[in-house]
Amino acid sequence: MLFLAETVISGLMAGVMYALVALGFVLIFKASGIFNFAQGVMCLFAALALFDFISPGGFMDRWFGFYLPIWLGVIATMGVMIILAWMIERFVLRFLVNQDAIILFMATIGLAYFLEGAGDIMFGSDVKPLDIGIPQGAVDFLLDDYGLYIEKLEIVAAVTATVLVIVLAIFFQKTRVGRALRAVADDHQAALSVGISLHSIWVVVWSVAGIVALVAGIMWGSKSGVQFSLSLIALKALPVLILGGFTSVPGAIIGGLIIGVGEKLAEVYVGPFVGGAIENWFAYVLALVFLVFRPQGLFGEKIIERV
Amino acid sequence: MNFKKLATFAAAAIIATPLFATGAKAYELVVPSLDYRTGPYAPSGIPYANGFADYLTLLNEKGGIEGVKVKLVPCETGYNTKVGVECYEKVKDEAPSRSLVVHPLSTGITYQLIPKASSDQIPIHSMGYGRTSAVNGAVFPWVFNFPATYWDGAAVFVKYIGEKSGGMDKLKGKKIALVYHNSAYGKEPIRTLESMGAKYGFNVMLLPVDHPGQEQKATWLQVRREKPDWVLMWGWGVMNQVAIKEAASIRFPMDRFIGIWWSGSEQDVLPAGDDAHGYLSGAFTAPGDGFPLHAEIKKVVYGANKGAGEADRVGEVGYNRGIIAGVYFEEAVRTAMKIHKTKEVTPAMVRDGYESLNLTEARLNEIGLPNFAQPVQISCDNHAGPRKVAIQRWDAKAKKFDIISKWYDTDREITDALIAEDSAAYAKENNITPKCM
Amino acid sequence: MFYRESGQFKTSYQTDQAIFPIAQDRWFVYAILAIAVFVVPFYIDDYWANAIFLPFLIYALAAMGLNILTGYCGQLSLGTGGFMAVGAYATYKLMTMFPEMNFILIILLSGGITAMVGILFGIPSLRIKGFYLAVATLAAQFFLVWLFNKVGWFYNYSASGQISATRMVMFGFQITGPEAAPAVKYLFCLGFVLVFGLIAKNIARGRIGRAWMAIRDMDIAAEIIGIKPLDAKLGAFAVSSFYIGMSGSLYFAVWLGAAEVGEAFGISQSFLILFIVIIGGLGTVLGSFLGAAFMVLMPILLKNFMVDGLSIMAVTAKHVEIMLMGTMIIIFLIVEPHGFARLWQITKEKLRLWPFPH
Repeated sequence: MLFLAETVISGLMAGVMYALVALGFVLIFKASGIFNFAQGVMCLFAALALFDFISPGGFMDRWFGFYLPIWLGVIATMGVMIILAWMIERFVLRFLVNQDAIILFMATIGLAYFLEGAGDIMFGSDVKPLDIGIPQGAVDFLLDDYGLYIEKLEIVAAVTATVLVIVLAIFFQKTRVGRALRAVADDHQAALSVGISLHSIWVVVWSVAGIVALVAGIMWGSKSGVQFSLSLIALKALPVLILGGFTSVPGAIIGGLIIGVGEKLAEVYVGPFVGGAIENWFAYVLALVFLVFRPQGLFGEKIIERV
Repeated sequence: MNFKKLATFAAAAIIATPLFATGAKAYELVVPSLDYRTGPYAPSGIPYANGFADYLTLLNEKGGIEGVKVKLVPCETGYNTKVGVECYEKVKDEAPSRSLVVHPLSTGITYQLIPKASSDQIPIHSMGYGRTSAVNGAVFPWVFNFPATYWDGAAVFVKYIGEKSGGMDKLKGKKIALVYHNSAYGKEPIRTLESMGAKYGFNVMLLPVDHPGQEQKATWLQVRREKPDWVLMWGWGVMNQVAIKEAASIRFPMDRFIGIWWSGSEQDVLPAGDDAHGYLSGAFTAPGDGFPLHAEIKKVVYGANKGAGEADRVGEVGYNRGIIAGVYFEEAVRTAMKIHKTKEVTPAMVRDGYESLNLTEARLNEIGLPNFAQPVQISCDNHAGPRKVAIQRWDAKAKKFDIISKWYDTDREITDALIAEDSAAYAKENNITPKCM
Repeated sequence: MFYRESGQFKTSYQTDQAIFPIAQDRWFVYAILAIAVFVVPFYIDDYWANAIFLPFLIYALAAMGLNILTGYCGQLSLGTGGFMAVGAYATYKLMTMFPEMNFILIILLSGGITAMVGILFGIPSLRIKGFYLAVATLAAQFFLVWLFNKVGWFYNYSASGQISATRMVMFGFQITGPEAAPAVKYLFCLGFVLVFGLIAKNIARGRIGRAWMAIRDMDIAAEIIGIKPLDAKLGAFAVSSFYIGMSGSLYFAVWLGAAEVGEAFGISQSFLILFIVIIGGLGTVLGSFLGAAFMVLMPILLKNFMVDGLSIMAVTAKHVEIMLMGTMIIIFLIVEPHGFARLWQITKEKLRLWPFPH
């Protein structure tokens, strides 16, 4: 029983980690209808930049002879992600307005390539242990006294995700920019007609997605070291995304939790009988089953079709 | 659209250039390096490639092998099989000597190249990876996999576990888990472990981890539930770091956690920080830069600014493996020159050199690598040489590996039977009559 | 000046409906075919075959398959790698179970088996659309790769799970295996690609292709005018998978010779084929060829140009290559979102007037 609880909790925690990545996808899809495949690489890029700012021998150290404290490094990296968002809008998206969704999707894959190559050239391909003070290892008293194993990093991730969602909710509901964002999400042309600049909204939304990518990058980077493979977590976020629906922030979180718990239970309780390593495809199959009943995902907007 | 045509012509010219741009020059010994400095496995690939390149640079600085210079032809594969094949085709006929030997540097690429290289008559040296049954030189005359194979690694780990448990008979009823990369590479040790389990009466628990392996919660929860006595790991890339961290988190004792040699380099343990202290892994070369050869490399190669990497990373585990691959190559070429009494060796001659290779302790000392690796003697029925493996331990404080055990022999009774079976199956499938060349 | 249609009169329906109605086009295609069949085989060597021509032909075949599904029928699929794996493993099993079987038949049967698997995984498409479907096809991708990795029967219980092609001989020529002559392998693949390219072109412009395009443009409207979505969609999945299965079969048996499922048929394979289709041009057969040529040639050109031409370190060159590939994809999409096929068409339009555009 305890083990079951442990599996479920681990699943929930893993789900939160997936949801962090999925959030970035949702933000961009909601505001611009772009399925941003580069989100995973953006996580990697942000984590690399952060590592470079705050470590001896990094960019700041080489050019200015000192490196930043962690909090300043995080802010500097946010700056980098905002600049990146501006560049993406200026040099890519601006030219692709009104194209088919699949073309935009391809463009983001091109973008992913570009960032991959650029990240490697600028920061090198070594594994970089990112340590910004997030506690690691199991929560000791739970493990000692109750035999329950939960990782500290994942608790931090869960708290961070909660804070992030609240901040995003406030940003969307209460601020002027947030309202503009929602307007654009509802209807591009109507938003344009009331004087909202599509270009600047895109910069904003890609910046926000970049910052979410930074948070995800920090969490995953602390877990496994910052390296190329970090960009592959995008694949883990996809089933979360379909399950929750492409356009829903709470969907990403709840989708993440369902996928996390589902795949862990499957791997631990079913895996041994069929040879193991089933969690990857199981997540997709689980999402598929949900889709058959709700083709727009759990929280996605209802697809209305007219002739 | 004239520029399009122009571009096409330019393109054709560019492809064609390497095919025609071969001038008459002094004879050189061509050795390609199919390394991977990009992609998800770059952290493991870079030190090896640097070690190999630096050793060859040193050889050239000292006048080459018997006065003939070595020409290193790098080709970036990114650990991708298809690119590996493209690289192989590109470098195999490189002038003037053709490729004398190919180091595929990936189990997948090795499998791909075994039939191709055999028919092109180019030897393959898959050092501690690739197809284990290539030990049988009668079926695989062109493939060498010394100094040790995956099956030897598995056998040695079981022996080590037996020794630590107080004798092989104490293994009865024990549970050994194998956490492995869910690929051809990771599946290699399963048969050996299962055969040994049947022999010594321990249980094998299989825990596959899918590429890339960033999320292993489920795997380690199962370890927590089943409580195996030992965990072995055939991991690769990011999977290693995550596994070590997870193991530390569930407080699995690091001194009961052994990784194969490809899971035992600095890049695998450093990201896990202090948690990784005491982690064990197999080794076929000694770690560290305390050998005379390393001093010489630092002085001659890095002193002249000809190093492939950074001077302070000389002596990493992967780097040392690159060095030993270079040493084996050098000695094989020397042997080939001796056998065929010519300095202009061909790949076929170098194959003979590899097959009659006899790298003694004394010769290793002379090169500047005392107690660095086991002496190697190759013959047709044994392409894997000594097949001895030692265990190394990670010291997280000093940030270095140390060899902590003797060099164990493999369990020939088990592995040789498996090798005979697998090579016979290959021979049958491909209509090969086993014969020593 | 040379590209004029004036004077070419269509006097029968047959000439009017020809694939290449314009004489110059026809001659151009004949010339290319003549070069491909009568010139290339005499100059081809291992490098050109294995690095350029075989990948080009095999990817072109796979791209035609995906183009049928995504370009003509509008069903986005990211399961191509998995379906190629089905073709490859079917070929391997047939090769080892019936060594005497005709190799062409083996490839066709592999395609057929893949088609059935394709139909099975195509069923959700009846309910799920767009990107949701794309991610659902990923379920097929991951499941199939897992299956071939896990179940020993598929790889004859070999120690490592690798499959390797046995030697196949037809008309006295060895087609698979390391000793096969590059020209033979090339011509064999070329034959497949030409025959099935012709078939694809004809399916696409016939009744079935029109039904697919109607579904693509708006499936509800298509249903109203009497096209059965079930037949059309599953038909597209079947035909598409048939092509992809054959290309997987050639990919494994003729080109690579040995394969490991996770690496050779992974998700990156699916993306690569999708790239080819989009860069080449969705919904065109010609685009499949142009896209395949681009994706096969470009990395090699860039690599050779930078490493041999500019003497850049191999590793830096690789990074730059990845960046340039990304940049070029974006630039192409910006310049011509409908791919090379559309560029080609525009070129032809311009050529008609050249050199007196006014």
